[in-house]
Order: sequence, then structure tokens, then C-alpha cells
Amino acid sequence: MTRIGLWLGLGFLWLPVLLLAGYAFSDSRVPFQWGGFSLRWFAALAANDRLREAAWLSLRIAAGSATLAVLLGGATGWVLARRGPFAGRAIFGALAGAPLVLPEVVTGLSLLLGFVLLQAATGWPAERGATTVLLAHATTGLAYVAVVVQARLAGMDASLEDAARDLGATPWVAFRTITLPLILPSLLAGWLLAFTLSLDDVVVASFVSGPAGTTLPMVVFSMLRLGLTPEVNALAVVILALALLVGGVAGWALRRVGN
Amino acid sequence: MRRIPLLVPALWLLGFVALPLLVVLALAISQPGDGVPPFVLPYSAATGWQPNWEPLGLLVQDDYYFSAFLQSLRVAGGTAALCLLLGFPMALGITRATPRRRPLLLMAVLLPFWTGFLPRIGAWTGILRDEGWINGLLRGLGWIDAPLPLLYSDTAMFLGMVHAYLPFAVLPLYASLSRLDRTLEDAAADLGARPATVFLTVTLPLAAPGAVAAFLLVFIPAAGEYVIPELLGPPEALLVGRVLWQEFFQNRDWPVAAALAVALLLVLILPIRLFQRLEARQ
Amino acid sequence: MSLLEIAGLSKHFGGIAALEALDLRVEPGEFLALLGGSGSGKSTLLRLVAGFEQPDAGSIRMEGRDLVPVPPHARPLNMMFQSYALFPHLSVQGNVAYGLKRDGVPRAERDARVAEALEMVGLAGFASRMPHRLSGGQRQRVALARALVKRPRLLLLDEPLGALDANLRERTGFELRALQRRTGASFIMVTHDQNEALALADRVAVLEAGRLVQLGPPRAVYERPATRFVANFLGAANVLEGQPDGAGGLDCPTLGASLRPAEPMPPGATACALRPERILAQPGASGPNTARGVVEDVAFRGDDSLLLVRAAGGALLRVSHAEEDGPPPPPGTALDLRWEAAALVPLAG
Repeated sequence: MTRIGLWLGLGFLWLPVLLLAGYAFSDSRVPFQWGGFSLRWFAALAANDRLREAAWLSLRIAAGSATLAVLLGGATGWVLARRGPFAGRAIFGALAGAPLVLPEVVTGLSLLLGFVLLQAATGWPAERGATTVLLAHATTGLAYVAVVVQARLAGMDASLEDAARDLGATPWVAFRTITLPLILPSLLAGWLLAFTLSLDDVVVASFVSGPAGTTLPMVVFSMLRLGLTPEVNALAVVILALALLVGGVAGWALRRVGN
Repeated sequence: MRRIPLLVPALWLLGFVALPLLVVLALAISQPGDGVPPFVLPYSAATGWQPNWEPLGLLVQDDYYFSAFLQSLRVAGGTAALCLLLGFPMALGITRATPRRRPLLLMAVLLPFWTGFLPRIGAWTGILRDEGWINGLLRGLGWIDAPLPLLYSDTAMFLGMVHAYLPFAVLPLYASLSRLDRTLEDAAADLGARPATVFLTVTLPLAAPGAVAAFLLVFIPAAGEYVIPELLGPPEALLVGRVLWQEFFQNRDWPVAAALAVALLLVLILPIRLFQRLEARQ
Repeated sequence: MSLLEIAGLSKHFGGIAALEALDLRVEPGEFLALLGGSGSGKSTLLRLVAGFEQPDAGSIRMEGRDLVPVPPHARPLNMMFQSYALFPHLSVQGNVAYGLKRDGVPRAERDARVAEALEMVGLAGFASRMPHRLSGGQRQRVALARALVKRPRLLLLDEPLGALDANLRERTGFELRALQRRTGASFIMVTHDQNEALALADRVAVLEAGRLVQLGPPRAVYERPATRFVANFLGAANVLEGQPDGAGGLDCPTLGASLRPAEPMPPGATACALRPERILAQPGASGPNTARGVVEDVAFRGDDSLLLVRAAGGALLRVSHAEEDGPPPPPGTALDLRWEAAALVPLAG
């Protein structure tokens, strides 16, 4: 019974993906219609300047926001797991967890309004675009990294750090030599998660971006609204190939770090 | 030095989480305006305190907004229930697989998501539309003459929603089922319970908190979903996310958009608190 | 007829033998202890009898009926799990009543039997408690009541005292045996603690690497270990190695002694067991079954002291010195040692 359910569910998850991947190589102009094998949609993809620029921008935003998210979220997770009680801890924890449970439209709208008000009050950020998208994605990424790191630290014996202190390590040295190596896999996993979320986001980016910050999902969304083209399938295959590559490397690296 | 790991994230969270949410609250009681940005805050030194309750009042009085909330709850609840129904046997199947196959099966659940969210939605449009894969197949078999109107329907919307949110249900269910002590099921069998009884009296009750968490993990984001109803659903499927988007981008009525966000949060506050409770308990 | 008959039972896990052609009978009303270290196969044996594993070969019969094709829920026996496996979402009452419900026992009778079982383990009044609000000892009793309430003819106990504090363990052990006598059920208890096995069981089965190496009453197993493993595992006897001298004894050069057991050494045997408390200090002793040595270390153990004596040939002997014989000799003292021929137990393997 459960076995049938498992394969049924996996079939449902995989069907559109397999179809999409297969028809990406179809020569037909109509998406999801077979017209013989062809790589023309990959060529069309490569020739599409708008897509290419948006992809390059999205990759930079994703890498930047994921890095910021790891730094901020790592510190947040550590504070929540190790720092014990302090004034405002409940509020701190609630704010760090909020992006996880807020609907995307609320996150997007609130961040945009925050930026508008900041700009009115301080003049910064001067305009909305890549920077505001990066800040927004770093904020949602922060929440995810914090959860991952906090869970890892909670499952880790706190006396390890005490033992390092007892053996003469300063707090910073204890962190660098004991804690950091142990949470490194979580930080890497958190980085990848934040990176993926940033690359996949269309709602928050649509709210906080401006004319100069059209990300890849925003371009794809407008393409889908105007009508599906086989280029989107080709793009999905490229994304999947890259994801498999990055995932493979990350899995290998995680295993090395784990050992 | 020791305060930096606390201060920097704390300032960030105040600036980019707390402040924006407070602005949404303020905006929900603001006057719409013609300037840039198109609103007038309820307080200024010149005019004093001038709240505008109209946007929030509109949500209660106008059936258009009220039905948006009902639709959202219906779609989010239906999606979460379907995800649970489909996801529970999947999670159980993964837990019951050999330890070597478990990570492979988990990968098989996650891997389809590496094609990106939008291309997957695109794939559903390609499968369901009039010239799409299913209609092509059925016509090729000679079963139909005219294409079935599959796309822009409730069915299409639910297919897309369940497809997008299924892993959010499978993963917490798997986490809670794999934590379940298998000797409890052995003990039940030892005391005379048949496999079906073991499932109903031990496995299911113990997995219930995980199932509720999985339901909420789908329900909460699905309630505000914008993209899937927009691309797959019927035009009349005006969910809160879609209405909010329209008010904001097309009508440029920011106060009403903010009021919708506030109302959505109020509706979701109970599920969110319940979810956080369940998470904290685990 | 035996209650349980196990014949030729084998179980492999991925090419590793957990049980190897094991034969065992359990009599009605008997308390049997399965004693062995980790990996000896004792828990596997229990899980096979309960039905959670399927044997590769062999048979398990209870009162003449083949149990192997019977699923766990239909087997006429119950088990007490090492972790207790109390259902966390059910109260004490719910846990104990669980098995009776499965049998369709009517409500009134069920309540009466649950109350009786809780009374029996000394937990009357705890029926509405949830498991997480019980102490370790109370949980153990709930698990016991839950397994006994169905009045099984055979109860399997997996390390029933293992999770208890040392001071609770002895008392609970006695209670366990009293319960076994009172219910008349046969108990099979898995344990790695030889004191527990010797103190509670009618018979002890010692397992090593999936094989039954010795089976008998506690005193017999303790006093007459069959193999080096049993001699070492039970009460840490001295194992004296030597060569057969052709006259039914052993020459033991590392000890500087010749061993003459009361019964002749079986052919091929090259070792004897000798318990520390059977070795006596007797100045001037000489001849067979005597040795000389120097005390290297003394450990006080309460009612006796353990002397580590370095024999002339280099072997280290463990010798018990009773408290009533006065203060033990200090390290450096030379001792003449003697033992009865009957104290030597020839070891087969």
C-alpha cells in the first residue's frame, strides 16, 4: 500500500519534469509537441540577450544574498542556540523566524514599504533594483540559515566549547577551532538553500525591484504570462543540469567535510 | 566584540523585518495619495494623527475582498489536505525503505524542484492547454474531437499547487515518521494488534503532530499564493495574493494592498502560532 | 511436553551469523536466563521467538505448534521491551489495556484485569498517568504489567533491569521472580549481567557468537564452566593453560605446578578453570595442586580481598582472601598456595 503511494507520488512529481526535459529537445515551435530532435531552443536561449542578462544578474544576486544570509543567519542561529537568555530574546527569535512563515506577498510588500520609508528618511537605498532584491533575499535567506544552524548547534554537545575554553582557548579561538568546523556543513547547506531560494523567487523580487533589476524569474514569469515557448523548457533543462552539477559538488564537499 | 554576533543580526532584523511590517500596519490606515509613493501616512507633525479606517473597513464590507479570503482558505486548505493525503504514504514508504535507499528516495522527491519553480508551472500549462500534451494524446488516440478545457480551471490550479507544495508536506512527515520508535509498533503487534490496527492505534496518533505541522507548512504559504492561481487557475479564482497584487501593481492602491496583507496575517496568525508550537515541541 | 522447543535455529544478517543451529527447550513455569555479551545473538533469539524476525532455518514450536509462520500479533506470548516501548500517547491504563482491547475483552473485565495487573506490580492509582510523568522504575513496572495482563504462558524479557539504577535493580529482580512464580508463566530473560542471570534464573543459557555454549542451573554453570569463555564470563575464574601429562592431569609451566583434577582431563583438553575463592594459602604446601607466588597487588572488595599473585612460572593468579582470615598479606609477601582436586574444572574449549 505505502509502496504504491510512494511510486504514485514520485510519478506525479516527475511527470511534468520528464516531459519538460524531453520536449526541450523537440524541433517543434509548439511547446510539448514532438517535431524531431533539435537543439534549436538551446541556441535560441543562448541568443536571447534579455534572458542572459537577467540570468547573470540573478546569479550575482543569489550568490551575494546567500553569502550575506550565511554570515547573518549563522550568527543568528548561534545566538539563539548558545547565548542563553538575554533581554529581547523572544522578539529576536520571532523576527528571525518571521520570514519562514510570512506569505510571499506579505514579505514582498512589507520589504518594499520598508525600503520606500528608509529612502524617504535617509536617502538610502537611492533606487530600487538589484541592491534591494539582494537585501530582501538576504533577509529571507537569513531565516533559513538560522534554522539550519540552530538545529545543528542544538544537536551538538555544548560542553565541546566549554572543554576548549577549559583547555585555554579564548571564545573566538574556541569558536574557530571547534564550533565552526562542526557547523560548516550546515553553513554550506544553508548557503545552497538561500542561493536556490533567491534564484527561484519571483514574488518578493517583483515587489522590491525597480527598472534596473529584472531578475531571471521575473523575465520567465512575463514569458509565461504572454504564452509558453519551448525556450522555457530549454532553460529548465539548463537550470537542472547546473543544479545537478552544483548539488553533486556540494554533496561531495559535504561528505568530505563530514569525514 | 562579544556583542557583534547579536547586534548585527538584531539590527538587520529590526530594519528589514520589524520596520517593514510596522510600515504595512501604518499603511493599512493611511490615505491613498497621488504622489510618489502613492500614500499619506496617518501621522505627520503638520497634520497630527489622521488614521483612515476605510481600507480595512472595505475588506469587511465589500464581498469582493471577503470572497477572496474564502477562496484562499478553500484553495490553501484543499491543497494542504491533498498534499497530506499524497505525502503521507510517500513519507511512510521512504521510512520503510532500506537505509541505503532512503537518501535516494528523498533525492527523488527533491530533484524535480531543481528545474526551477516557474518552468515547472510552465510545464503544467504545456501539458494542460488546448494544444497541450494531454489533449494531443487524447486526440491522437481518437478519444476526443474538441480539446478538453483543462487549463485555467480549478483542476489545473490544484494540480500546480499540489505539485509545488508536496515536498513541504513529505519532508516534515518523513522527519516525524523516522523519529517514531519502531519498537512501539513491535510492542503493539506483540500485544495482539494486526498490522492495520498497529497503524491506526500507534503509527497514526504518534505521527499526528507531524501531520498537522505538514498541513500548516503547506497551508500558510499557499494561503498567500499568487503565481500558481495567476498562471493556471480560472480568471474567477481571485485569491488574496492575486487581489493584493492587483491592488498594488494595477490599481496602485497601496493602502488597500497593505490592509489585505494585514488581514491575511490576522487570518494566518493562529495557524502560524500553532505551527511554531509544534516545531518547538519537536 | 516442553512449553517452547527451538531446534536448529539459524539467522544471518548480511552474511554474518547471528544465530547458528541453536537448540533450546523451555519448560512450563521455568525462569530461563539468556546470558551473553553484545553480538552473542541473545536479542536475536528473543526477536525470533516474538516473531519480529524470520529465521533462515530451524523451527520454533510452542506447545507443539509451529510458530514460524505465525505473525507477531497472533503469537501466544508477550514481550517486555528493553526500552519498555510504552506508547507515549496513551495513559498507563491505555497502555496496559491495549492488548486486552485487541483481544476484544469486554470493558468491565478489561478494567478489572488492568487494575489487577497494576495492583500486582504495585502501581495501583497510577492508571491515569501518562508515561512521561513516570520514573524509570515505574515505567518498567507498567511495561511488565502490560506484558503480563494478557496472561501469556511465555513472557520474553529483554534486559528488563538494564535501565534501572543499581539500588533498584536488586529489589526489582526479586519482584520479577516472585511475579514469575505467582503467574506460573515461563520467563525468558535476556541479560548481559551474570549476577542477574545467576540470581534470578532456574537455568542459565550462555551464548557466544550465536551458539549455545552451556546450559544448566546457575550453580552448575558457575561452578563447572564448560569453556574458557564461560569461565571468564561468569565470575572471572582463573583459566590455567597447560599440556596433558598423560596421567589425566595437566603440566602447567607458567604456574610452576602440575594440576590433578578429581576427574581425568577429557582427551584434547588443555585448560582448567579454578575459582579465586577455591585457592587457599597454606605455608609449606607442596606437590600436585600447589603453587608458589608473590603477592603483587591487593584489592579490597568488602567481604573479601582479591590478591593478584605472580606465580613462579610467570602466570598471574587471582586469589580471594576472606575477611575473617585476618588482614590480607601485603604486596611482596611470598605465598604457598593449595587447592582441592575437585576445585579444578577441565574446560572443553
